[in-house]
Amino acid sequence: MGYDKDIDHFVKGDGIDSEREQSIGQHIGYRYDVNLVPDYTRLTTFLKDYISKMGWQDLNWLEDVHMGYEENRPAVFDRNINGWVTVPPDIDLPDNQQDRDMIARELLIKFQMSDRHPLADLRKAYAKF
Amino acid sequence: MAKLEQGDPTEMGMRTEQLTGRTQQVFFSAEESGNLTYPWAPEVDFEKCSEIDAENLSASDINKQIRSLMSEGYGTITVLNPGAKHSLGVGILSRLNLRFEGSLGYFGCGLLDGPNVVITGRVGWSCAENMMAGTLLVEKNAGSTFGAAIRGGDLVCRGDVGSRTGIDQKGGTIIVGGKTGAFSGFMMQRGRMVILGDAGKNLGDSMYDGTIYVGGAIADLGVDAVEADMTELDCEWLQRKLALYGMETSNGIENMTKIVAGKQLWNYDNLEPSEKKLVL
Repeated sequence: MGYDKDIDHFVKGDGIDSEREQSIGQHIGYRYDVNLVPDYTRLTTFLKDYISKMGWQDLNWLEDVHMGYEENRPAVFDRNINGWVTVPPDIDLPDNQQDRDMIARELLIKFQMSDRHPLADLRKAYAKF
Repeated sequence: MAKLEQGDPTEMGMRTEQLTGRTQQVFFSAEESGNLTYPWAPEVDFEKCSEIDAENLSASDINKQIRSLMSEGYGTITVLNPGAKHSLGVGILSRLNLRFEGSLGYFGCGLLDGPNVVITGRVGWSCAENMMAGTLLVEKNAGSTFGAAIRGGDLVCRGDVGSRTGIDQKGGTIIVGGKTGAFSGFMMQRGRMVILGDAGKNLGDSMYDGTIYVGGAIADLGVDAVEADMTELDCEWLQRKLALYGMETSNGIENMTKIVAGKQLWNYDNLEPSEKKLVL
């Protein structure tokens, strides 16, 4: 997208912009900009701890994690399960994409590192080493 | 959302019920664990160092020794005399500082998910294939398909790389200090590629998404790769990212060329929403 739109375009609206989208009544494609680079002034404490623990100097792979939507609910895509994980409804979301992305990154790490994650079961069943 | 009707879905086992490609499940709760590493990852200490002399070891034995040292808590491992053996340092799924004093052969350091790797020599074909997270720095040159199908992390080569760099890139950042060969960014889907030198023919051919920044000359662009305007966020990100590896472009970051997908080829319009996530 290259920021020719407002960064918060999908936060402010429903993403139904084009003629085709209006005719079918739903947005086509991602409801976030996959190319949006993170604003490092908005890092959460948890993410700072994670970066430090891993010995990295920035968000590394989390730069590609954004807050998206699944069936109109805020969600984050977990590549390890190839599916969306919806955000609990009791979490108040900020009004801008950059802060939402930081929350998505934090939630995803907490989910992936939990022993309740589906990979934990898969690993028990199939891990070779 | 698809639901499993048979039993507890967190239990393993074969199922006859067909899932139709919708959301798998909502597992997350706000009180989820605060772990910073995978539950099965060995707890290693970066201050605890060890060395492996690989001269008379097979690739398999070298990889086993790395795992063994990690299970003993060593967080910094140096491999001496890797001798350009193939498939070294693969499948490391946790935090680790790993250093190779020398060159690697084909398929070095594939499937990384977390470690910080430095290779002081060169690497052969398909270095860091399917990399998920972490950093990998090659001090000299790299062969073809550098970072093929990379999904995350920073993959850096200070020298020149061969053709098809970042083919099928699905995320992460690839930085090339020198030149890159033909068809770099071929079928790129997301992520960022930074080429400080020149780019070969058909750059970004058939790319779906993602961004390519080029500091030097571009031989020509592939199908549906188009030039876009550099933004302030682009420049800030490039400045910060290149500084991490002590790299810079000779013409100034603001004068780099930004290449994105023209999106004339992609056919996502024909996909149902539930199918779109399969290409993420």
